[in-house]
Amino acid sequence: MRIGVIAIQGDVEEHIASFRKALGERRERGQVIRIDRKGVIPSCDAVVIPGGESTTIGRLLEREGIADEIRGSRDVPIFATCAGLVLLAKHGDEQVMRTGQPLLGLMDITVNRNAFGRQRESFEAELSLSFLDRPYNAVFIRAPAITEAGSRVEVLGTYDNLIVAARQGKMLALAFHPELTDDTRIHHYFLDII
Amino acid sequence: MQLEKLRHGTELLKRGFAKMQKGGVIMDVTSPEEAVIAEKAGAVAVMALHAVPADIRRAGGVARMADPKVIEDIIDAVTIPVMAKARIGHFVEAQILEAIGVDMIDESEVLTPADEAYHIDKTKFTVPFVCGARDLGEAMRRINEGAAMIRTKGEAGTGDVKEAVRHMRQITGVIRELKGKSREELALAARKIEAPAELVAETAELQRLPVVNFAAGGIATPADAALMMQLGADGVFVGSGIFKAENPAIMAAAIVEAVNNYDNPHVLAGISKGLGGAMRGIDIRTLAQQEVLQTRGW
Repeated sequence: MRIGVIAIQGDVEEHIASFRKALGERRERGQVIRIDRKGVIPSCDAVVIPGGESTTIGRLLEREGIADEIRGSRDVPIFATCAGLVLLAKHGDEQVMRTGQPLLGLMDITVNRNAFGRQRESFEAELSLSFLDRPYNAVFIRAPAITEAGSRVEVLGTYDNLIVAARQGKMLALAFHPELTDDTRIHHYFLDII
Repeated sequence: MQLEKLRHGTELLKRGFAKMQKGGVIMDVTSPEEAVIAEKAGAVAVMALHAVPADIRRAGGVARMADPKVIEDIIDAVTIPVMAKARIGHFVEAQILEAIGVDMIDESEVLTPADEAYHIDKTKFTVPFVCGARDLGEAMRRINEGAAMIRTKGEAGTGDVKEAVRHMRQITGVIRELKGKSREELALAARKIEAPAELVAETAELQRLPVVNFAAGGIATPADAALMMQLGADGVFVGSGIFKAENPAIMAAAIVEAVNNYDNPHVLAGISKGLGGAMRGIDIRTLAQQEVLQTRGW
């Protein structure tokens, strides 16, 4: 098992640490590596798109040629948080469109880039997710939300009537940051999908 | 809404916000137009100011928080986070910045300090703070006051990177020296640098600051930015270096790319070609004592 974390910008180290922790808990052999250039994606069994600034990550993914590699590897499982969720989307809100931000366009969703407001409004909350038996302490930082989802998208969790966790095939999109807490239940759910 | 379970302004949210900036470039801007150029170039955030440090230095007088109207216009112009500076100890400027929706406050030595004894009690705010530091003790004291992010002070507005280098080397070097020390040795080290023992012990264990650590103060070229990254910075602030350059849009994009490829000299060579002039700059050794900004704060 080889998991690659897109290492362009954002909380890359936190993602690497939490996947290593989850693999350790399962006593599963696996490598978690950084993807900082073209040519690494084809050797990965799963790809993580971290939190960060989606405009920055999106632009550099295109410039480095990594974006097309992700688009080209159709069935690769993807774990995307916050900025990663924005990048997975097919459509953005008016804010996203205005910045001319390149999207990967892999998931049939429309996103609102800062659905919950500015940093002042960032929050932690107990979130119910359809695949977990107990609530999850979710950390939302200037978080996006999914405002429209296609028929192939399975909604896994909502907050304040907005979709904040969803799955399409082997792609998992989260508006919050499970990599910032010690709770690896969502990582295990994803590792089961792979 | 599940209001009763909702928590704002926690340490996790503040430090988490800073973590999302890692590997990025935060650019000083003075207008919505400049903010849009910064965003298009790939900045992770902008720092809204009434004048860049090089101009603040030239103007002299008392430097204060920027006009909230200018900051609001910048907030409206971009989707990336907007930061702004408050004077050291001026908690009311900080309250105003929080009220208008600034995403992070820089309690900054670039502005004229408002308090000679106390920095702002940053734990009282919902929004996170970044603070400058010249050494590990100063960084620890700021974190203890609630700073969610540290940056080197460097010497702002000079385009001379040597002070930022000095501060980054000081912080990372002292952290390395803490490695392997016993509890009582760590307590003694903490006392010597006037820092809380618990924080010093945590830093020794992590072998890095417990918060995100950026470089700032004098970064003017892609090579400067890559230098700071190789010295261990989590990202960089570029102040006057962009909008005092001959071609700001090109310089901004080049510095973003340099931070992304900081350990690849071949890519850096390509990025550094044909950028036009960098900011002219001032050799720090020619500054009079009262012109030095980094000695503000403690």
